[in-house]
Amino acid sequence: MNSLLLQTRNSRIAMKMRGVCLPPVPSTSRTSFAEFSVRERMREKLKAARVRIFFFMQSEDESRQMQEDESQMSSRVKFRDSVKKLKQKSHVQTDFPSAEEAYNFFTFNFDLEPENMKDETKSKKKSESNQEEEEGKEQESIDEEDCLVNDREDLFIMDQMACDFLVVKPADYKSYSERLQKEREILFTPSILTVPMSQKVPENMQPRYLEDEGLYTGERPIVSLSNQNILENRMLRQEQGKRWFGDDGKLLALPSPIKQSSTRPPIFSLEEGIEPELETLYRKAMKPMHANQYIVGSGDPQGQFQLDIDISGLIFTHHPCFSREHVLAAKLAQLYDQYLARRQQNLTKLLTDKLHALRNAVQSSLDNSGTNFKFIHIYIYRQTRRLRDAEQEKDRTLLKTIIKVWKEMKSLRDFQKFTNTPMKLYLRKEEVDQRSDKKIYEAEIQAEINELLEEYMEEYEKKMEEYKTELQEWKSWKKAQKTKKKKKIKQSQDQEEEEAENSEYGEEPVKPIPPKLADSLEVEQQVREKAINIRRKPGEPVLIPELSLTESVTPNDLCPRAEVLRREDVKKRSVFLKILFNTKEVSRTITRQISSDFRVHFGQIFNLKIFNWPESLKLQIYETVGFSSTNLLAEMFIPVPETTVLTGRARTEEIEFSSNQRVMLDHEGVGSGVPFSFEADGSNKITLMTSGKVSNSVSWAIGENGVPLIPLVSQQKTGIPSALKNIDAVASIGTSGLTDMKKLAKWAAETKLDPNDPKNADLMQLIMVATSGDACVPGFFRLEQLQQEFNFALDEELNRSKRFQLLQLRHREVAEFRNYKQVPLLEREITEKLFENYEKRLHERDVIDSKDHLDAHRALVAKYLQKVRESVINRFLTAKHHFLLSDLVNEEEVPSLGNLGLSLFKLAEPKRPLKPRRKERKKVTAQKLSDGDINLLVNIIRAYDIPVRKPVLSKLQQPSRSSRSFNEMFAASPSPQSPTHSIDWTFNQVLVHPFVEVSFQRTVCRTTTAEGPNPNWNEELELPFRAPNGDYSTTSLQSVKDEVFINIFDEVLYDVLEDDCERGSGIHTRIERHWLGSVRIPFSTIYFQTRIDGTFKIDIPPVLLGYSKEKNLGNERGYDSVRSPSEGSYITVFITIEPQLIPGDPVREKLYYLLKFDTQEDEKLLQAAEKYQAECALKFPSRQCLTTVVDINGKTVFITRYIKPLNPPQELLNGHPNNSQAAAELVARYVSLIPFLPDSVSFAGICDLWSTSDQFLDLLAGDEEEHAVLLCNYFLSMGKKAWLIIGNSIPEGTTAYVLTWEQNQYVIWNPSNGRCYGQFDTFCPLQSVGCLISFDNIWFNIQQYDSPVRINFDISKPKFWKSFFSQSLPYPGLSSVQPEELIYQHIDKAAALELQGRIEKILKEKIMEWRPRHLTRWNRYCTSTLRHFLPLLEQFQGKAVEEDHQAELQKQLGDYRVSGFPIHMPFSEVKPLIEAVHSTGVHTIDVSNAEFALAVYVHAYPKNVLSVWIYIASLVRNR
Amino acid sequence: MAAAAATPTVFLLMVNGQIESAQGLEEGISQITSKNRDAQQALVWNFPIDITFKSTNPSGWPQIVVSVYGPDLFGNDVVRGYGAVHVPFTPGSHRRTIPMFVPESTSKLQKITSWLMGRHPEFTDPKVVAQGEGREVITVRSQGFVTISFNVVTKDMKKLGYDVSPSDMHSVSLTDGIHNH
Repeated sequence: MNSLLLQTRNSRIAMKMRGVCLPPVPSTSRTSFAEFSVRERMREKLKAARVRIFFFMQSEDESRQMQEDESQMSSRVKFRDSVKKLKQKSHVQTDFPSAEEAYNFFTFNFDLEPENMKDETKSKKKSESNQEEEEGKEQESIDEEDCLVNDREDLFIMDQMACDFLVVKPADYKSYSERLQKEREILFTPSILTVPMSQKVPENMQPRYLEDEGLYTGERPIVSLSNQNILENRMLRQEQGKRWFGDDGKLLALPSPIKQSSTRPPIFSLEEGIEPELETLYRKAMKPMHANQYIVGSGDPQGQFQLDIDISGLIFTHHPCFSREHVLAAKLAQLYDQYLARRQQNLTKLLTDKLHALRNAVQSSLDNSGTNFKFIHIYIYRQTRRLRDAEQEKDRTLLKTIIKVWKEMKSLRDFQKFTNTPMKLYLRKEEVDQRSDKKIYEAEIQAEINELLEEYMEEYEKKMEEYKTELQEWKSWKKAQKTKKKKKIKQSQDQEEEEAENSEYGEEPVKPIPPKLADSLEVEQQVREKAINIRRKPGEPVLIPELSLTESVTPNDLCPRAEVLRREDVKKRSVFLKILFNTKEVSRTITRQISSDFRVHFGQIFNLKIFNWPESLKLQIYETVGFSSTNLLAEMFIPVPETTVLTGRARTEEIEFSSNQRVMLDHEGVGSGVPFSFEADGSNKITLMTSGKVSNSVSWAIGENGVPLIPLVSQQKTGIPSALKNIDAVASIGTSGLTDMKKLAKWAAETKLDPNDPKNADLMQLIMVATSGDACVPGFFRLEQLQQEFNFALDEELNRSKRFQLLQLRHREVAEFRNYKQVPLLEREITEKLFENYEKRLHERDVIDSKDHLDAHRALVAKYLQKVRESVINRFLTAKHHFLLSDLVNEEEVPSLGNLGLSLFKLAEPKRPLKPRRKERKKVTAQKLSDGDINLLVNIIRAYDIPVRKPVLSKLQQPSRSSRSFNEMFAASPSPQSPTHSIDWTFNQVLVHPFVEVSFQRTVCRTTTAEGPNPNWNEELELPFRAPNGDYSTTSLQSVKDEVFINIFDEVLYDVLEDDCERGSGIHTRIERHWLGSVRIPFSTIYFQTRIDGTFKIDIPPVLLGYSKEKNLGNERGYDSVRSPSEGSYITVFITIEPQLIPGDPVREKLYYLLKFDTQEDEKLLQAAEKYQAECALKFPSRQCLTTVVDINGKTVFITRYIKPLNPPQELLNGHPNNSQAAAELVARYVSLIPFLPDSVSFAGICDLWSTSDQFLDLLAGDEEEHAVLLCNYFLSMGKKAWLIIGNSIPEGTTAYVLTWEQNQYVIWNPSNGRCYGQFDTFCPLQSVGCLISFDNIWFNIQQYDSPVRINFDISKPKFWKSFFSQSLPYPGLSSVQPEELIYQHIDKAAALELQGRIEKILKEKIMEWRPRHLTRWNRYCTSTLRHFLPLLEQFQGKAVEEDHQAELQKQLGDYRVSGFPIHMPFSEVKPLIEAVHSTGVHTIDVSNAEFALAVYVHAYPKNVLSVWIYIASLVRNR
Repeated sequence: MAAAAATPTVFLLMVNGQIESAQGLEEGISQITSKNRDAQQALVWNFPIDITFKSTNPSGWPQIVVSVYGPDLFGNDVVRGYGAVHVPFTPGSHRRTIPMFVPESTSKLQKITSWLMGRHPEFTDPKVVAQGEGREVITVRSQGFVTISFNVVTKDMKKLGYDVSPSDMHSVSLTDGIHNH
């Protein structure tokens, strides 16, 4: 900027200065810028233009001269120049003047002389640059400012010189044609015409095509022909251009590197629409065959295929033990077989007949039709005749050989003087009528002669024809020759030349020889000779060989020693066959001796149940000699039968085998692989190998229902795009095809695989090997050949390393090591113990031990469950690593219009309001937690109807003062032991002192002691929670199996003062706690529900000795009558976790997503189900809606398939034939006796697996759904109306109940404990109803409320219930997954008794174990009494026996204070029983003279369902 | 980042790995920062975090996960970027510049609504960015960079057979000065 400004100003200054000396310039007008008028500016411009033209015309010298003059003209000009220089310099460098220059500019004095020189050069430069500009205008343009300055300068020069320099010259232009001409000289344009081959190939050479010679030439890259031509033309112009061409005259080129399919998969953008043909299609995953390996009552029928292999026998066609006679016999047998086969075919006869027919045809055609026909007939006729002759000859020779061999055999027998084989050949002669035979024979011969003659005649004629034409040619040639000769005479001077020409002209044609006519005699001779050779002589009897096995074999004692040895050797030998399926031995035949005729009969059929696709089927023949080891004789492959070959239709085939083993024997046996001879002199040696035939048949079995058990083949072939098929061998025939060499070879032939392509080398080799037979195929294929080089340690070493193993196991998330921390650094620091458990588990996986389980069946079931659990967990682990977008990214859903409006409205709200609103409790993601962060808050509020202590009965002997109950002392002393006063007594006495003890994870907290049967504690207990292994991940928390035990105890004080006289001065009491009942709530429930708030029924044993329910007093309490008159005690608690944990449930959904596709349901049904569920969830998101569930095989099944009437055990129905209510209760009880095993615990909250009822009864374990389904099915079969309720209950959470319609009211059954509730029962644990399910429909609750008390169960009202199958989607009649009928085993009473004894023994041992410091005495008398009670309890289901019971006990054990109770449990394992006994704390009594009583009763129900009663009591003798 | 970062921005820092034990601050939230007024307009947090790891196995070498949040046009806190980088294993001072990214909305409509509602897609767990698992299902858009300086001290690495430096020092400690632009 600055420089420009400066410059213009300078130039102006310069101009002004010049203006002084230059007259024409109107200098005055330019003194100031302001005076510069428009007119003058115009004039200036004009002038400038004129000057420029002039300036261009100027010669260089002139301008320089001028400038020099100019420069010298005035010293002031120097100033301008210096500025110019300065500016130019700066121009060269940058736009800005350097600091020094700037300084110079402002301070310089501009009078310096030495500038002159520079000035000159500068100007010279400038003018040069001007010149350049003028000439080319293509040089780098000089800055405009420069030009400006120049112009101005030159302006003055020009004005001085006037227009002398003006020369007009036209613009330099070359005509187009001229330019083309010029260009043509320089440039070369290759033509696009094809280059003739001769130019490309070295001279005098033919192009050579390598491909035709069988060499491999790759595919050439595609180049358009014109481009190729251009390139070729250009190459040829080059020096040594020809070396670019190959022998075939084409440019050398590498094979096209372009692959046929793209390596990189196409990338689809989510946003752009995908083209329809590129869209990904969903295909159902194909299930592997053996995914389902453990089968208890639930088989996947797809997995069973059967291949029947029938091995009938084996015949040796040669064996080392063959004697010479055997060899011959074998040969004879073979020939005879051949003969028989031929005779069956009877080709000769056939052909002869045909010949006759043809002969007739020829004759007839000769008579009337055209020649064309005739020729064809004759042709066929002759052909047939030739064939017949050949066949006849074969027949004849075969017969001859048979006779020859038989003769040999006979001579051999004569020679060795014994017979070895029963082989005998009869030749049956069939006499023929000599005359007629001869006649026929002659006629035949005559006919043949005639025909032959005819043939010869024809030939002759043909030849004659040829001869004639040839002769004609020859004659004409001859003529020509003659004329030439004549010419020759005329022009003798050319003679020599002519002759040379002549000789050149070609050899002289030979004169054709006329053909000979065939001689009829000769022909006859010929025919007769042939007939003698190949045909029976006329009159000769027809010989029919008949092989029979009638020859008697010479017994051993008449044979020479060598033969006897041989026979004995044969006897020692035996063979058997092994069947190898996919190169694994699956079965073998029995070992059979080789009989003397070397036939072995097996006659065995093997049924192969197969799981894998059959790839190969192989038989191996083994031979054993005596007691020595077996020896593999031969192997043979049996083709896997086509799928159409079924048992019963398969033909027996004989497969030949042979072995190349060399066997030499020291007896008469000829050995194998050893040359031997029949001749006495040992000439004419032959070598035979062991060989034989196995007759067998292989076929696919047919199942019971007539369905062939064939694996599906079709699946293997579908789904492969045909384009790929031709390229990839593996893809096109499937991997199994690779093992089938025939298929492979066929494929190779079909696709016209280039055998020379190096890409196919492996394949071709494989095919060659396979087709040629014996060479061995490498049995392995390695992907990374170099892997071994890079292994720093051997695999074995790595496997041996314990540390590495530990790391690997931890990585694999094996249960034992999942959260293992701090893997030790050194090998030696890892103890063996670490792996012990793991290895034990691995080891015991398949070993079923009945030690832990008293029942073998249960042990089996436990193992099975363990396996199912493992497989589910494995699935879960894979699912855990399968992510959906929603797992990783939280994204708001697209809001509906209404929502959008609301949210837009929200925009106006203040973002961070000063007064915050109440928010939900903060949820904590589990990952950040550690031990001690989580507490379980248990709020014990109150309890109702706690059993109260019973007054001591009158029958009781007066207790001694010292041991009386402490309370009693206060309360009962005013009116002691009076039965009539018992009511007063109860009023005055504090009935019970209950307190609650909560135990969780071995932490125990208790409340204070309250008083009375309806205590009110209202206390909050805080229990710390520890996750297993310190792993606070969601999955780990889900699988916490711990339970919260809420035990209610009665605190009893006993006065233990020994001495009465101390009574005044001191109190010595002992506190005892008596267990009253308990409530158990699994942690998982709390975790999933986040809080539990409600009133629960306390699990109180049916009999509590010394306690009774306060029934008789109930009337006095006002609210009691309001409450439903339900028995039992209740406790109200509130349980939650602090801080609140987010129950992670995505895994379940994910697994569901994974499993969803594994189904056999109709796609439409599934879609409808999904839609239905979505609709329901939209309306009532909190209500449960189930349409599909996962069965035990992991398949999705529509839920209604589970509901089907199933017969309950007949025994249960027989019990109450008239009382359906009682029967229903009994059935419910039966169902509740099946042990409970929540899925959510065993499967870590992953998913519910629904087993069918028979599976459930087989497993004898299940959760609410299975119980509910079974109960519902029983009810249905009992003729009730029953539905499955899916809803929420306390404390189970999501659960399944059963609803029945009985006597005009709805009854809700809890299947897991067998209790039933009326619809309006407030104590019903069912809190909400989501949907009802019957066998044909699902109804979703769309009423306002979901509590069973407030809803209407009338499913016929669409206003209340939304049904799944409706008019728009009618019920398609889904078949049930349940069995037709349940089969119950009979009650095994003996086993129950035995179990009873064992449990009792174990429990007694345990109690003694728990009391290590005290002697445990067992009161036998009491025990037997208790044992007597238990069956009664079972019979009445623990009801209404209490009173009698108590009385009975008291009567019998009058002088004991008895506290105890029966415990009732369904039987699954011993451990829970022990736990239950332990939790009651009966053993904790530490009175020294306490005695115990324990009785066990096991009641067996059908199907091995056991109900266990344990009666435990402690007795303290009243002194 | 630069486009929307006219307003103050906060970031959450998390150090984690599958290391067997860690002592120190595993997580922290920095102060809210504003854009520098200079030409580069970087956001400076200068937030230190100090942690020590102990392990016998380099598997799951610790990574630092940075998630940056800042208010959008309407004042909603939205995520501005996620990024992760392995803690350098050689002792000494290191500077790492982490490219940051945010998950993309699944559709254009959702993009608009998320912008309107101020609820941009976020990772359920910021640790996702430190692992490879599940990354195939998400698409992300890159947004700015965060610079972290590490001061790493190691001890007994050689004893465990990992030779990363000539010196033998203990404990990995990090102090971070963070720049973002």
